[in-house]
Amino acid sequence: MAAFIQFAIDTLSLGSLYALMALGLVIVYGILRLVNFAYGELIMVAGYTLFLLNGSPLPWLAMAAVAVLMAVLTGIATDYVAFRPVREKSVTAVLITSFAFSTLLQNAALLFISPRARLVPVPDIFSQSVHIGGVVTPLRNILTIVVALLLLAGFAVVMKRTVLGIALRAAASKFTMARMLGVPANLIITSAFAISGLLAGVVSLFWLGRIGSVVPGIGLEPLLVSFIATVIGGMRSLVGAVVGGFLLAAIVTGLNYTLPQNLLQFRDAFTFSLVILILLWRPEGLIRGPATGQRT
Amino acid sequence: MFDRKTLLTLVLLLVPVAVLVLGTELSGVRLLDRIATTLCINLILVVGLQVFMGNSGILSFAHIGFMGIGAYASAVLAMPVQMKGMALPDLYPVLKSVQLSPYLAMAAGTAIATLVAAVVSYPLMRLSDAAAVITSFALLVVLHTIMVNWSAVTNGPRTLFGVPRATDLYLAAGAAAAMIAVALFFKESRTGVLLRAVRDDEVAAGAIGAHVSVLRWRGFVLSAAMAGLAGGLWAHFITSFSPSAFYLKETFVILGMLVIGGAGTVSGAVFGAFAVTFAFEGLRASETIINAAQFLPTQIVGLTEIVLACAMIGILILRPRGLLGTAEIGAVIGASRGPAVTAQARQR
Repeated sequence: MAAFIQFAIDTLSLGSLYALMALGLVIVYGILRLVNFAYGELIMVAGYTLFLLNGSPLPWLAMAAVAVLMAVLTGIATDYVAFRPVREKSVTAVLITSFAFSTLLQNAALLFISPRARLVPVPDIFSQSVHIGGVVTPLRNILTIVVALLLLAGFAVVMKRTVLGIALRAAASKFTMARMLGVPANLIITSAFAISGLLAGVVSLFWLGRIGSVVPGIGLEPLLVSFIATVIGGMRSLVGAVVGGFLLAAIVTGLNYTLPQNLLQFRDAFTFSLVILILLWRPEGLIRGPATGQRT
Repeated sequence: MFDRKTLLTLVLLLVPVAVLVLGTELSGVRLLDRIATTLCINLILVVGLQVFMGNSGILSFAHIGFMGIGAYASAVLAMPVQMKGMALPDLYPVLKSVQLSPYLAMAAGTAIATLVAAVVSYPLMRLSDAAAVITSFALLVVLHTIMVNWSAVTNGPRTLFGVPRATDLYLAAGAAAAMIAVALFFKESRTGVLLRAVRDDEVAAGAIGAHVSVLRWRGFVLSAAMAGLAGGLWAHFITSFSPSAFYLKETFVILGMLVIGGAGTVSGAVFGAFAVTFAFEGLRASETIINAAQFLPTQIVGLTEIVLACAMIGILILRPRGLLGTAEIGAVIGASRGPAVTAQARQR
């Protein structure tokens, strides 16, 4: 029983982070049909913002708010630098510009800050632990689950009830038609990037809380994780991204528990091979999104 | 085998390689020798990536992974027996007593990279667009994870040392010249033409009987073979390396060379490799000078990558097909001369 609770908490807290990250990637992909390779750098930017604010007298929550804001701004900057100028040219061109933008941000961090790891401030509440059903677990994990559920619920309300959400969903299913009905294309795409930045910013607080420091290459792992989760769940479905995130967390936690020590180091190779297999079986992922529309 | 324009392209593309070798030999500067050899090896990588990306239109991230396979396979097979005891203490007994000549080992490394690519990539070639790109990215991560953790063969994340030095400028330049010819031949071959038809319109090409996944697979395997060869040459040139050499940074540089020159043509690949190498070496030299002068309080790192990234974004915005566009250099020059000749003939 204790082992099961442990497994459930591990899976849920890891899955919440994965699901939020995958959602941030899919909301851009759903509308533009373009993969944002600079997505992981949003977490890096939030991390360095926290590091730079470390000495300031602000309370942690204020620092966190600034960090999330920086992630949102970087998300919008990604749109302006890497996506908007080449949007209508070719899929490959945009993939490469976003890859280049990611390298640009990483090397800017190398050049202006440091190649070495930098400590980020972590609130005291993150390092406390609680007892649940005979299991000792960091309070951080419970917080992650609660915050993620709140964000997911808020996200669902925005997408279902508000004008912005309806416009986003309309643009994702048939972009040209949505534009003809008066949905402003640039504004919708920029909002998608802003939401993407918001999700990445919130994730970064918990992600950095686990590690405690930030390095220029920190974005790679979250990027890979969101890739896998979206691919498993379905590249064009928002529900799929969440399902994929939790499923991936279950797989990773499961492999952590079951793989023998000498194979554990190859865990990433196992997970990625699994992704390749899933894509071969269902190239569109487990959950199908709305019918494909042309982007402009 | 080649028509006139392709032959002209080949000749025109071999000229810069020949000039590079002659210039380096005549100047006699040691540093230039290193830069020129690295350039020739990068040339093979870029031309190899062009074989798949240019003809199929699919972005592949896995290329550098196959370079890694070629490098490690060739290094392990060629390493002297007494060296293996020190550099790779956990190596399997079967491999411990093997010691091939470096040239044979490079051929074997190329063959192993080709074989791995042939097996792994076949099922992946059904995918298009974003799914194809993400799986190729996943493949790079899988290959990298294996290289980092398979300590018995690769010495893990640590540096593998003691690889015999066998690559000189002539060998690298000869291989690069041969690969340029192979890439041009592939482009004009039946497979290459059909593959470009698939790139331009997958449904229409399928309807006239083009087997999409088999065509892509042929392109991918040839491309991986070139990457494996480049890996072998590089391993026997640099003589000590670690898995981090075959990951995102190198991928970025090779991709940058191809995109800046123009992915659609072999000429673009060759031009991009030369242009980026010269720009890079210039920047790196100025980085070293600034660092040596202690002009700034800290060491400058990463400036070259930032400039390359900006150049890539700028070129994709202004000239999305690369600096050289869509026509091979031979076709451009041949076409501009062609009408002039007929006009003269008409006057007579």
